[in-house]
Amino acid sequence: MVAALPLTLTGATLRRQGKTLIGPVDLTLGRIGVTVVIGPNGSGKTSLLRMMHGLQRTADGHVGWSVADAIARERQAYVFQRPIALRRSVLANLMFPLRLRGASRAQAEARARAIADRFDLTAMLAQPAPSLSGGEMQRLALARALITEPEILFADEPCAALDGRATRQIEALLAGTAAAGTRLVMATHDMGQARRLASDVIFLLHGRIHETGPAKTFFAAPATPEAEAFLNGDIVE
Amino acid sequence: MGDLLAGLTEAFRMIVTLDAELIEITLRSLRVTLTALAISCLVGLPLGGWLAVRRFRLRRAVIATMNALIGLPPVVVGLVVYLFLSRSGPLGVLGLLFTPTAMIVAQIIIITPLVASIAYQAMRDLWSDYHDLLISMNATRGQRIVTLLIDARRALLTAALAGFGRAIGEVGAIMIVGGNIDGATRVLTTAIALETGRGDFALALGLGIILIALALIVSWGSHWAMRTERQGTW
Repeated sequence: MVAALPLTLTGATLRRQGKTLIGPVDLTLGRIGVTVVIGPNGSGKTSLLRMMHGLQRTADGHVGWSVADAIARERQAYVFQRPIALRRSVLANLMFPLRLRGASRAQAEARARAIADRFDLTAMLAQPAPSLSGGEMQRLALARALITEPEILFADEPCAALDGRATRQIEALLAGTAAAGTRLVMATHDMGQARRLASDVIFLLHGRIHETGPAKTFFAAPATPEAEAFLNGDIVE
Repeated sequence: MGDLLAGLTEAFRMIVTLDAELIEITLRSLRVTLTALAISCLVGLPLGGWLAVRRFRLRRAVIATMNALIGLPPVVVGLVVYLFLSRSGPLGVLGLLFTPTAMIVAQIIIITPLVASIAYQAMRDLWSDYHDLLISMNATRGQRIVTLLIDARRALLTAALAGFGRAIGEVGAIMIVGGNIDGATRVLTTAIALETGRGDFALALGLGIILIALALIVSWGSHWAMRTERQGTW
């Protein structure tokens, strides 16, 4: 199977009603690693992820995969900041992406049960998904995104509004996913989480990549004063 | 009061004695209405879903028109269907005028906009929840509509019941295209109109009570079958 990565963004720009949300962005995402996108609120973290995933069409520039777009679309998954529960049982939620791709009911159910086991969801399989707690819902969203075994997973603040225990659980699952070879791109405002998970960092400011680099050097010695201020917990505007 | 009591007594008597004529027109009412409803749902529900997920230039105009058609006067629908089906009309050769089929056609025209509109509104709200997820999962347009139809099924039941209510109680259009022919096109509503005109209020009221009971039974039955209001919030 030809890899969809690397992903290359050249001058990619997103606009809404004349206002630039993000860009121009030039960026290449390699095949392995965990890229953590950080930056103040409104700096464009979500927009960047959505643009890379193709949820939003670029106004300018190009988002290019190494395979045809139609194939690349099949190889990605996205976890939203506010998880979206289909109004179905947890099991049906897990089966859904596979059913969309034409898997038989039996096949989809077997895989759903297997992934539910890994994500500690087995006890709730028959429960309606909208009745799950925040942490359970986020685990479901993650499991549902990963059931198609994507090459790259985008996660937009997957631990927002979760407590410590649930966050640790999600982080462990994300780390395990990355270790298993899935490329991970996630936005977070939790610097502790960024330090724990990142292999490289994108620091966004005003819709542009202000600084980017390997996590180790970025956290030890940020090159720009804004990044340093942001890491120190100062308010960056 | 006397008329009301007499009506109740008459309704009771007809039900207990399994009045043959009553059973015949009740079954005809149900057959005409349920056939029209089934066809309306086959058209209206997917149409509602399609309007929910599709963005095109005249979308707003189409939706506004559809909502306006809810208020289509049944008598006028009946008249137009009559003109189409009458012997000199464009579809006269089919010989459908004054048959249950003509009544079904008129009812389909009357209730499809209602079914489609309620279905559209339910699925539009669901679509705003599901939009990002289904786009992200690369669902085709057909898959999106099917997903909405399945997950909005309880709201769609309301759409179907609204359609049923409008059709089963409709009299103007089916009177015109059906003709209220005894043994052929007489249904509950047209019989009520006839008996009222004849001054037999007890019989008319008895039929009315049976009509209302019928609507209640269908509504209860479908809610029970769909288990609405029992688990979760949908």
